[in-house]
Order: sequence, then structure tokens, then C-alpha cells
Amino acid sequence: MNQLAGGFHDPAIQSAHAFRALLEAMARPGRIHRVGGALPPAPLSVAAGVTVLTLADATTPLHLAGAADCAAVRDWIAFHTGAPLAGPDQAQFALGTWQALEPVDRFPVGDPAYPDRSATLIVEMARLDQDGPRLTGPGIHKTARLSLPETDALRANRALFPLGFDLILTCGDRLAALPRTTRVEES
Amino acid sequence: MTVQDYNFAYLDEQTKRMIRRALLKALAVPGYQVPFASREMPMPYGWGTGGVQVTAACLTPDDRLKVIDQGADDTTNAVSIRRFFQRTAGVETTQSTTGATVIQTRHRIPEAPLSEGQILVYQVPIPEPLRFLEPRETETRRMHELEEYGLMHVKLYEDIARHGEIATAYAYPVKVEDRYVMDPSPIPKFDNPKLADNPAIQLFGAGREARIYALPPYSRVVSLDFEDHPFTPSRAEHACALCGATDSYLDEVITDDRGSRMFSCSDTDFCASRQAGRPDGEGGA
Repeated sequence: MNQLAGGFHDPAIQSAHAFRALLEAMARPGRIHRVGGALPPAPLSVAAGVTVLTLADATTPLHLAGAADCAAVRDWIAFHTGAPLAGPDQAQFALGTWQALEPVDRFPVGDPAYPDRSATLIVEMARLDQDGPRLTGPGIHKTARLSLPETDALRANRALFPLGFDLILTCGDRLAALPRTTRVEES
Repeated sequence: MTVQDYNFAYLDEQTKRMIRRALLKALAVPGYQVPFASREMPMPYGWGTGGVQVTAACLTPDDRLKVIDQGADDTTNAVSIRRFFQRTAGVETTQSTTGATVIQTRHRIPEAPLSEGQILVYQVPIPEPLRFLEPRETETRRMHELEEYGLMHVKLYEDIARHGEIATAYAYPVKVEDRYVMDPSPIPKFDNPKLADNPAIQLFGAGREARIYALPPYSRVVSLDFEDHPFTPSRAEHACALCGATDSYLDEVITDDRGSRMFSCSDTDFCASRQAGRPDGEGGA
């Protein structure tokens, strides 16, 4: 198969469906959504590939961390999105496993006047389930649970509010999100 | 039928990505106004260009779209926006509140309760709640940054000093998640309690002012007030002349040139459902 295959074949419609999943995920932390339509090269998951195709373009510096920073992925992202690759301190999006992204405090958390100018981390997970730490906050009716990569860094991130980065957690063809507003407690 | 000369939902993909990124950040910082590169739309500012751009970025072909203007499905603004998306996105449309997946609204929240899976898109003329108190964007931005909202309380206090009560009846300011003061768009303050703890996603688009903001579901939204002058949602002291409802927001309609008037529900779907004996908000298509 061509190395650059695996993009959306109907971008307007497929990205609309993917965005609705991302919007619902960011609005309701802890909910898991299934997405599809992209087949990115290894080691990227389908959900990470779909997220990149839906949100990244030539105006969004992207940081590839760890194993995601390989020629196949770089070429695929350059071909389909044109997103410039950047270091962690310049990144609007960052993509990799949690271990590869650490330490996460090197990513932009926004400016007090413009808290939206912060990074969104696309975290590749080995497992994504509705268990683990307890989540409360906007978008969550009472409480939710999600298998998070860790809690200390996320609690520190919550303490920065309204600054902070936001997470999109991807695993296979499923994704969930964790905005900076969510309070995380070890259960 | 979809007009094939346009991309799905009119906007090009690059524009939609930009709006989508702004929407995700808006959900991550509830009540904060995210700047976005608002586009010229094929309708004048003031006709909901912000709402239309947000709706275009959210729509999928599976959606059922409802558009209301002051609660009514059949006014010019509502009809023209509904037809715009019928033609450019080929989506189904409806007048039923409960049957819609995306509802674009100008100046009302529907009477029928919203549910999970629904998105309410507000058209916003002036997104900055502090704008009439402080015209400089540099200053209002700093006031939000420092959470310096004393001026807003002074304004509400002056209302009380002058009128004996908080006279602000629409676009009544709210505080979101104990952080940002937000303009809920010119909805009547009767609707303010529905902003809080709502199961639907609420998105706000201001086209001319190029701002997007959002309320995630189940957000804490508090109307500003004072302990001795608590917030009270108000409505006309009448029953709807058409359906008899005593709990809905009413429009006052002048019926002749001798001062006769009637009051009827501003939410046409709610009123029609009641007149037809259907459960609230399950109106006709």
C-alpha cells in the first residue's frame, strides 16, 4: 500500500462526523466515542490519525513525541495536513504516548489574557476504559471515571485554571477527552 | 437538494477546522470568549453570522436542524437560515424542539427541556458583557484576566438605586463555573435558569465581533445578584391567549390601533404542541 494512503476519502463528511465525536468528548469528559475514516501509518492509532486530520493544518504547529516521530508518520501528516512540526514549547498539538510526552509541563498552557493559546495533547493509550480515577467538573453529571495515564500532573494542570493544556486520549478507534476543567481524584 | 457548488455546510474545510479548534478550547475554558477568524457570510451581520458559522462547523448529514428567532420557527431570520442549511448541507429540518439534534437560536432558549445529544447554538450580537461599561477591548480583556468584575456589580447596583430593582431584563450577565462573567446573548432573564445544569451543549457565536464561547453540559451558571436583591426571572403576569400556558415566556402582541393587546407564547413550537394536545415540544414538522 502507498505510504501516503489512509486519509479521508470524503473529507467534508468524515471530518464532520469526527469533529462531532471530538466535540461531544470534550464537552463530556469520561465518555468514549468511536471514530473512523483514517488509516494512519504505525504506530498511530486510527483515533489519533482521525483527530490529526480533523483538527490540524498548516496553521497548527504539531509536536511528535517518541515513537510517533518517525518518517512514515511525518510524511503522512505533511501530506494530509501540512502541519509544521515543532518543539514542545511551540506546539499547538502534541502527539505521542504519555511516557513520550512527559514531562508535560513543557507544553504551552496559554496566556492569562488568552487561555485558549494552549496545547492540546493527543495521548496514545494502551487501554481506554471507563474505570480508574474519579472525574468531576463541567460536562460531567455527578461523576465519571476514566483510565487516565496518571493523576498528579493532571491535578497540577487543573490547578492552573483557566490556564492549562487539554487532553484527547486515543486508543484504537476510540477516543475520550479531558479538558483542563476536570477535577481528578484517585479512587 | 444540496447545492453542489458549495462544500458541505457552505464553509471550506480550512475555515471549519479553525472554528472547530476554537469550539474545543471554548468548551475547555467555559465562559471565556475565544477569538476566531470570522468569515463573511452570505447574509448581513446581525442576522446570525456567528451562529451560522458555529452551526456549519458542527453539522453532520445525519442532523435534524431547528432554527428559532425569538422563539419562533416561522420568522424571516429563522426561515432563511433553515433554508440556507437545507440547500448547502442537505440536512433535515424540523420545528420540533425534542426532535432536533442541533438548534440555532436567536434570543431564546426553548421551553421544552433539552437533552443529551442536543446542541444549542446561540447567535450573539455583543459577546463582551463589560463592553457597555468599558469600550476598550484591551481593558475588558485585562478585567477578565484579573477576574475584576466590580464594575458589573456597580452597574447592577445603580439599577437598584435608580429603579428599586435590577432593571436588566435581557442579556442578564452570568458567572460561569465561578470564574468568567459571560453575556448569555439577549435572551430574556426568564431563560437564565435554563443555562445552568443543562444536559445539552451550549455554543455561542458572535460573527461581527469574531468570538466563540461555550457552556459544557451540567455547568454551574449563576446570574449575578445581591444577597438582598436576589435574581428573579420575570415574565408577563398573564396566561398565553392561545394555549393557556402560565409558565412560558410571553410576547405582547398589539392587535389594533386602540391599544388592544394579547399575550402569547414566544416559543411557537411549545404553543402549537399544547394547542394540539401533544406533549410539550413535540410539535409538528
